[in-house]
Amino acid sequence: MSELIALLQAGIMFGTVILYGSTGETLAEKAGNLNLGVPGIMYLGGIVGLMGVFFYEMNNPEPNKLLCIIIAMTCAFLAAVLGGLIFSFLTITLRTNQIVTGLALTIFAGGFANFFGGSLNRLAGGVGQISVATTSAAFRASLPFAKDLPPVLAMLLGFGFMVYLAVAVALFVDWFINRTSIGLNLRAVGENPGTADAAGIKVMLYKYLATCIGAGISGLGGLFYVMDYTKGTWDSDGGIERLGWLAVALVIFSGWKPRKGIWGAYLFGMLFWLFFYIPDLTRRSMELFKMLPYLVTIIVLVVVSMRRRRENEPPAGLGIPYFREER
Amino acid sequence: MTTDLKHAEPFIRISKRGVPFPVWKAMSIRALALLAALVLCAVIIFAIVKLNPLKVYVAMFEGAFGTNKRMWVTIRDMMMLLCIALGLAPAFKMRFWNIGAEGQILLGGIASAFCMIHLSGYLSTLPMMLLMFVLSIVAGGIWGLIPGVFKAKWGTNETLFTLMMNYIAIQLTAYFVALWENPIGSNTVGVSNARTKIGWFPELFGQAYALNVILVLVLTVLMFIYLRYSKQGYEIAVVGESLNTARYAAMNVPKVIMRTTFISGAVCGIAGFLAVSGASHTISTSTAGGRGFTAIIVAWLAKFNPFAMILISALLIFLDKGAIEIASRYNLNNHVSNMLMGIILFFVMGSEFFIDYQVKFRSGKQKEVQACRN
Repeated sequence: MSELIALLQAGIMFGTVILYGSTGETLAEKAGNLNLGVPGIMYLGGIVGLMGVFFYEMNNPEPNKLLCIIIAMTCAFLAAVLGGLIFSFLTITLRTNQIVTGLALTIFAGGFANFFGGSLNRLAGGVGQISVATTSAAFRASLPFAKDLPPVLAMLLGFGFMVYLAVAVALFVDWFINRTSIGLNLRAVGENPGTADAAGIKVMLYKYLATCIGAGISGLGGLFYVMDYTKGTWDSDGGIERLGWLAVALVIFSGWKPRKGIWGAYLFGMLFWLFFYIPDLTRRSMELFKMLPYLVTIIVLVVVSMRRRRENEPPAGLGIPYFREER
Repeated sequence: MTTDLKHAEPFIRISKRGVPFPVWKAMSIRALALLAALVLCAVIIFAIVKLNPLKVYVAMFEGAFGTNKRMWVTIRDMMMLLCIALGLAPAFKMRFWNIGAEGQILLGGIASAFCMIHLSGYLSTLPMMLLMFVLSIVAGGIWGLIPGVFKAKWGTNETLFTLMMNYIAIQLTAYFVALWENPIGSNTVGVSNARTKIGWFPELFGQAYALNVILVLVLTVLMFIYLRYSKQGYEIAVVGESLNTARYAAMNVPKVIMRTTFISGAVCGIAGFLAVSGASHTISTSTAGGRGFTAIIVAWLAKFNPFAMILISALLIFLDKGAIEIASRYNLNNHVSNMLMGIILFFVMGSEFFIDYQVKFRSGKQKEVQACRN
């Protein structure tokens, strides 16, 4: 029983990272922009958030916890929006291919993040690895009474605030896309930009905003990874990138519905950590067990494509650059 | 009337270029973009290490071509990248987004490493080489074919499918690394057959990497002919441009997709063979090392022309080696090379816009012309 709770806990931690990523990506894809730069954008959010508080903590012996959180989140969000802006400018204004541009963004941002993650401390004159203990503790702080509750409740209420924020953001984006008139316009842009344009919707503006704000949300996933998941340090073995790709997969898994992405994300997370909770695995079979989340993703992709249900189809204009004079 | 015209014409007007754009103009736009990117990179390097940007490029050149050995390593890596790009070209030309080169390389590598480790007492050099070559083609090809089959039959999204196949291949490699671990407990395979050199590329003309160059250059010519002059190459182009046209022309689209994905995976498998047998003589989860992604950009920027790919992979590898040299001289980590590569990609890809489209600013003259017409 306690092992099951531990697995669920690990799954929710892992799932939260990709939930941010996929919620942001859904927003962009609903506007017709297939942003494969999500791993890169999560990298940007993670590293710039970390850098922001790193300098703040370095210059203030007694950092204010609330300020730490605000600085980290603002830096992460803005950096990710900037990443989204690069992608938007290239694909929307200059009409480059979205897939190749997304990959280029991931290469760029991965290099940027791992470079600064690895050498920031040395550049700033310090020794060893970068670490922001105070901020990370602030991010991971749970409700004070959570520990005294029965185990299941203690687990469910014992996370840092960003876990709950991820669920709230996913539900909000879902409501926004499906239940508001702006969301309706957004979907129209993604389905058929030509028609939307004729109806007087500002296609370019919608595409830019959806992609950039979506990128900002994805970037928070990178921040959560750095602050909660790796506890305020930088790991340069490409962890964020893996999770970023899973976030892209989760968009399809959820059928472009963030509310379904919530449990999908936790399921992915549990599959990812399952090898850790199965007793007596040799290292070899452990490596094989780690395939599980990717195998399941493939199975889901295949099943979705075989069933071809209308509500699970991607936006019709996904991946196609819009040029008004070309129709 | 004039007040209306003020609003009639937007400040910036974009239109597709009607007449074919002269090649020299297109090339000079690309060259300008590249130059701008290199200047920006120099500024960034200067900001980090405070070194004269020109000296930076001299140091980068030394890093890539400074000694005879370095030059050959640079050439070897260039051939590797070129080989992967050659493999991706047919798939991407068909608009099949094969992001799975990493996995296909690893599978080719696993096949080669298997031969080196398990068959080294039984075969002499030539049959061993041939067997490794064939097995890596089959392994990589099948890894590419799997997503191809599902795409052909059910239209399964290949971007994510191939991507997930990468991670499965990585775990499979990790499994084999654990299986072949040498020495035990090191979690690496170690250099295989270091003494006997069985399964290693033989030296040609006194150069360890000459065979890599020959193999890949032959492949380059073959791929050029295949894509440009063969019937299958034509089918790939038609399927890529328009599925409906291909169906109307009675092409067997599923067959074309499956055949092309197999070829694409197979050539990437050869790249794995090059990496294991022709370069590192060992295998690890980082044998592909992100080159499967870089190669996509090589193939794309070259517009799938194999000869243009030679130039682009040379440029990217030069940057990579140069940035690593800068990083090691200044005790920084070498991820900086990916950052610089990204910047160059943004500029060169963005510049294509100015080749395909015309940008006109609002000018007084045009207004007069329109006024006359009215």
